[in-house]
Amino acid sequence: MSQDSLDTARAALLAPTGLSDADLQGVLDHLMGHDIDSADLYFQLSRHEGWALEDGLVKEGSYNIEHGVGVRAVSGERTGFAYSDEIVLPALTQAAKAARAIARSGGRSAVQAWARSEGHSLYVPLDPLASLSAEDKIALMHELDTEARRLDPRVKEVMVHLAGVHEVIMVAASDGTLGADVRPLVRLNVSVIAENNGRREQASSGGGGRVSYQYFLDEERGLGYAREAVRQALVNLEAIDAPAGAMPVVLGPGWPGVLLHEAVGHGLEGDFNRKGSSAYSGRIGEAVASEHCTVVDDGTLESRRGSLNVDDEGTPTQHTVLIERGVLKGYMQDKLNSRLMGVAATGNGRRESYAHLPMPRMTNTYMLAGEHDPQEIIASVDRGLYAVNFGGGQVDITSGKFVFSACEAYLIEKGSIVAPVKGATLIGNGPEAMTRVSMVGNDLRLDSGVGTCGKEGQSVPVGVGQPTLRIDELTVGGTGT
Amino acid sequence: MSLPLAEQAPEPRLPAMTTTAAVTSTSPLDSSARLERLIADTLAEAQRQGASAAEAGASIESGLSVTVRMGDVETVEHNRDKGLGVTVYFGQRKGSASTSDFSAQAIRDAVAAACSIARYTAADPYAGLADSTLMAAQVANLSLHHPWALTPAAAIDLAAECEGTARETDARITNSEGASVSTHEGVRAYGNSHGFIGVYPTSRHSLSCSVIGKDGATMQRDYWYSVARDPADLDSAKVVGERAAQRTVRRLNARRVATCQVPVLFSAEVASSLVSHFVRAVSGSSQYRKASFLLDAVGGQVFPEFVRLHEQPHLPKGLGSAPFDNEGVATRAQDLVSEGVLRRYVLGSYSARRLGLETTGNAGGVHNLFIEGNAQDVGLLQRSLRRGLLVTELMGQGVNLVTGDYSRGAAGFWIENGEIQFPVEEITVAGNLRDMFQALEATGSDIDRRSNIVTGSLLIGRMTVAGS
Repeated sequence: MSQDSLDTARAALLAPTGLSDADLQGVLDHLMGHDIDSADLYFQLSRHEGWALEDGLVKEGSYNIEHGVGVRAVSGERTGFAYSDEIVLPALTQAAKAARAIARSGGRSAVQAWARSEGHSLYVPLDPLASLSAEDKIALMHELDTEARRLDPRVKEVMVHLAGVHEVIMVAASDGTLGADVRPLVRLNVSVIAENNGRREQASSGGGGRVSYQYFLDEERGLGYAREAVRQALVNLEAIDAPAGAMPVVLGPGWPGVLLHEAVGHGLEGDFNRKGSSAYSGRIGEAVASEHCTVVDDGTLESRRGSLNVDDEGTPTQHTVLIERGVLKGYMQDKLNSRLMGVAATGNGRRESYAHLPMPRMTNTYMLAGEHDPQEIIASVDRGLYAVNFGGGQVDITSGKFVFSACEAYLIEKGSIVAPVKGATLIGNGPEAMTRVSMVGNDLRLDSGVGTCGKEGQSVPVGVGQPTLRIDELTVGGTGT
Repeated sequence: MSLPLAEQAPEPRLPAMTTTAAVTSTSPLDSSARLERLIADTLAEAQRQGASAAEAGASIESGLSVTVRMGDVETVEHNRDKGLGVTVYFGQRKGSASTSDFSAQAIRDAVAAACSIARYTAADPYAGLADSTLMAAQVANLSLHHPWALTPAAAIDLAAECEGTARETDARITNSEGASVSTHEGVRAYGNSHGFIGVYPTSRHSLSCSVIGKDGATMQRDYWYSVARDPADLDSAKVVGERAAQRTVRRLNARRVATCQVPVLFSAEVASSLVSHFVRAVSGSSQYRKASFLLDAVGGQVFPEFVRLHEQPHLPKGLGSAPFDNEGVATRAQDLVSEGVLRRYVLGSYSARRLGLETTGNAGGVHNLFIEGNAQDVGLLQRSLRRGLLVTELMGQGVNLVTGDYSRGAAGFWIENGEIQFPVEEITVAGNLRDMFQALEATGSDIDRRSNIVTGSLLIGRMTVAGS
């Protein structure tokens, strides 16, 4: 983190109502007068815009502004939490009073002297909303609409969504953490419906990251999303029923890494493992995947949707090895769970907003590349499924069961791709599925910047990635035989 | 708990009551007066800045949530949220903005932001407010506000009783995700430049419990909850705790079944999701975008003849009750489906104009949609199955509304000769929604009232179950 982001945060969050660092010290000091182990203040200002094109017209636009401060007090395993949308001293004091009621009065822990978190500089602290004029945003959306319709007369409906967020956050904690971050985030999405002989199919494609809107103009990325959405919709027009039953599955590179997010990632979040509620609990050092699998969570990738200079507790993000050559190495931690488990925080403490409590969350989760040529992996399958794009997924971390839903997939017969099949849900057991990864490709790719992860009602942007890989058996939920 | 990772187009945040923030309100009466003034000021500001029409929605909410885990307090959260959303029209062009700040300057800024957007959006012949003659004449008191004077200490005791009951119910319950008690109350308001302003208070309370069972090396987790407008209508902590424990224990030692085609009985708590897919398919936006597997289906047989879907927006204490919809249009009791025939779409004024129809007072969705069928005893339904699957949990997205293709992860129980044989997991259930609705064989009398969609169990004649 540069000094700049702390200055920017002070100017945006504290200066408007004349709050000083000394005021924040005072509030924390007051909190620690109870039997409190740690406390923190989280300030946030975010501005969001969204534009929507439909029927060839940009008919809707919205602008949203949100700011506030969350106050958290932790005593043992207990957490007290309150928040206010008014960043003024009386509101802060009132929230602090409510939060510290979790602990008995008496006892006193000292507030550590603040040391600025040395976070990363993974993205430019720009305001994406101002990075393109309204005229140019609209022109970009029209260009994508025109391109999608030009590509094929079977394209009947085109919808384009453009969104940008400019967020400034600042964390001041009793353990001496003083962190700030300026986080741009943009997203562009194209959805199309194609029709042929009365059959209609949809598809969508998009991307983004912690960049300015210029990203979508560079390298014709925006046009690329339109072309990809059309291609997928036309493929789906030809799709036959998906098969039903257990079979080998080959997953394509990039976004199909949603497999790792569900089958591995959530089960390795520190809170579930501290509580012993995860299928991976107590298994550090054990083989939980085949030797071909090395899986990491990395919040330090430049400009990625899931990246953060510091997490929402002021801890710098890091490259955390979760599984190395099949062996479980570690969990993703926030401060509370790392303290209770006696390990180091890993920069995975995240929250949706000042009005939500932080908890261990993923950043960018992916599998490292292996040695196989992707064609060789497909050719190895006698009869199975080749799935290259997915909608979303879900996991029950306790039983380990996870699902993810393919929206572009093909039948493999005798080592060759024979026909596109309709969307179907794939289901497996995380630890089992990972031990059945028998081939890993040399084509590691990260997703285009589209993922949003939900946990306990809180949404945060994340990234996933993987090379092409083969799982010897997963259950494919089609209707065919 | 669900942990979805969804790839979805970002929904532009239009002036729903979405923003979260704090407030120092004292009573619903004060809040009501404050919101009414806020809406009036916002509409006046929109007019001052040149808008030809405008609408605004706002809410104030406060609450308390506590969680107790393994007998000790885990979290105590104080929630205080408020938000204002405004949409301005300049002829047929529109723009929207929202803020959590209710100061005069913030209102001016929000209106200015919305006006600025409206300078760039295209004229849309269908844009605009709902017809002024359709506005709710009065805001009926639907008994939606029943505050709960619950102290954090009392909430903790209740949650502890609930979790304690669950943990004592069965020796195989070895761990817990905790029990939670939450209480929320607030005020909602909507107004537009027809001169309509409606304000009403609401409350919502819940009690939930999630515990983990262990047998051998495998663990299972399940949960139960109760939710109501009035705390007096909540199930007791004991009932919720026992139910959570029973649901967890009965899942232990689940296994897969071989891939097959069998009748599938969706238990009441998951059956409402099937109906929600139906509602989306017959909603105006899916129809005018031609993004529905039930296109132009009004007048057509979409369910068997014994099925009626009836909307009751004015049900006292109803979780989905509302005196007016998101555009101020008076809500009314009406059929969506009768004798199995689709009678109308689910429309707000925009989609209605696009389709050349009149709004059905469903801007924002349906209100207490009841599924009335042949109301069979669910035990009898199970016993009627020679071979079949009872589904008690569904996972993942896997629903394509354009084609109706349906494929979701599932867990539940295998039935043979009318008796539950063993718990089942790691399977999928698949079919096409249009065919599934036609193949509905029975509705259960075990009505689950915890959702805006009120249904009993639903028995679908035949689906593909994929397993080992």
